[in-house]
Amino acid sequence: MHSNKYVLVFVFIMTTIVALVLSFMSIGLKGIHDENEAIFNKKAILSSIQSHLGENVKAADIPDQEVLDIFDNRMEQLVVDIKGNVIPQETVNASYKGGLAEHVDMKKEKKKDPADKMLPVFIYKKDNGEKFYIVSVRGSGLWDDIWGCIALKEDFKTVAGAAFDHQGETPGLGAEIKDNAGFAKQFSGKSLYNSNGDYTSVVVRKGGAVDKMTEVDGISGATVTCVGVSDMLYSGIQYYQSYFDKTKS
Amino acid sequence: MAEAKVLEKKEPTFAFGKNERKLLTDPLDDNNPITIQVLGICSALAVTTLIFPSIIMAVAVVFVCAFSSLFTSILRNHIPKQVRMIVQLVIVAFLVTVVELSLKALNYPVYKQLAVFIGLIITNCIVMGRLEAFASSNKPWRAFLDGVGNGLGYGIILIIVAFIRELFGKGTLLAGTPIEAKLIGPTAEYFINTTESTYFGWYANNNLMVLPAAAMFIIGVLIWIQRSRNPKLVDIS
Repeated sequence: MHSNKYVLVFVFIMTTIVALVLSFMSIGLKGIHDENEAIFNKKAILSSIQSHLGENVKAADIPDQEVLDIFDNRMEQLVVDIKGNVIPQETVNASYKGGLAEHVDMKKEKKKDPADKMLPVFIYKKDNGEKFYIVSVRGSGLWDDIWGCIALKEDFKTVAGAAFDHQGETPGLGAEIKDNAGFAKQFSGKSLYNSNGDYTSVVVRKGGAVDKMTEVDGISGATVTCVGVSDMLYSGIQYYQSYFDKTKS
Repeated sequence: MAEAKVLEKKEPTFAFGKNERKLLTDPLDDNNPITIQVLGICSALAVTTLIFPSIIMAVAVVFVCAFSSLFTSILRNHIPKQVRMIVQLVIVAFLVTVVELSLKALNYPVYKQLAVFIGLIITNCIVMGRLEAFASSNKPWRAFLDGVGNGLGYGIILIIVAFIRELFGKGTLLAGTPIEAKLIGPTAEYFINTTESTYFGWYANNNLMVLPAAAMFIIGVLIWIQRSRNPKLVDIS
């Protein structure tokens, strides 16, 4: 048996050494961690327009340097409010360090009142001058948050692509919104307005799309997640409505 | 007297004889941590939906198991007995944090996928079990080998289970890596295109395989096969 004094000294020395090594490691790697996270988030944004980046391009497979190049040269970033006004970078910087659209944390924005929301917009310019407006949406699935990026064409009516992710949906069921590439691909070409011109957003329909113009097929066994996706798209895209109207006119 | 003591110590520190080889190979089959000792089941059920994360998990467990055994063994005569479990836990938690920080820097997408489970290696019964049962009463080199062996024994079951689950659950092998292969069932885009398919287009992905319950069944079958084939494991009582 060791004395209490020995135990205390032993534990103190050991925890000090462990704490020192770990904190040095954590600080030393922080730069790389932040860079990786930024690239990961940028790839998620790009995956909503991956079908327009080239044949058979998968956003996740694009080399890191190329992702940064696309964001530097072809991507314009804006943060707008619910009235459609562009929020200056300095104002955004007060809440999110960096002040660009990519720095906006949608998790925090989801909890805010609509009037206070900061809404990120990414504008991708193709070589032929075609523009895609990518907006961020966030909602609730069955177990936890779900979120996505929706790319719209210049008419602000047609969906050019979509990408979804989730926090903890059931693998094989709700998680298919991310894992099944086909689910997101269905959104391409859908209209946010029905044939009467009313705003419907894109609806994920249980049992299969009825109105092919504005609806996509749901995933069997994942009804709650699919309803979550529909609600998220309906309210999420509506926040941007005034910005779209201003940009169009 | 003094001479005799020197002679006793002459056994080389890094000997690799029959006993040492047994430390590595025993956990792979006769004394497998998952199928025989039934330890570390929790993470074996959770991470085995895909092969690639399972391989990363296996490497992480081999690393943690080997080095926590080594450190515990080096300190075994100095660790106060009253608080030995807490000290072991500090060592394990330290190594797991090292793995987590390194993975976050090396492969961020996999880190995202595994984040929770890497942290849970701390509570993996295999690691603590080997520290208590072996490392705290054996020399560093042997403890290290024992750690590597048990980590590998865990990893091999993980990869077998993940192989079966990924193939029948998603129809792919090694998804998420550059050499990803889609083997059976419709292509990944069956939502919008059901006509195109790889081999066995009629095969519909089995959703049970994606859920943790499937791993339970597969591990059960593995235990059954192993016990019926290995005479050493037949219960003679």
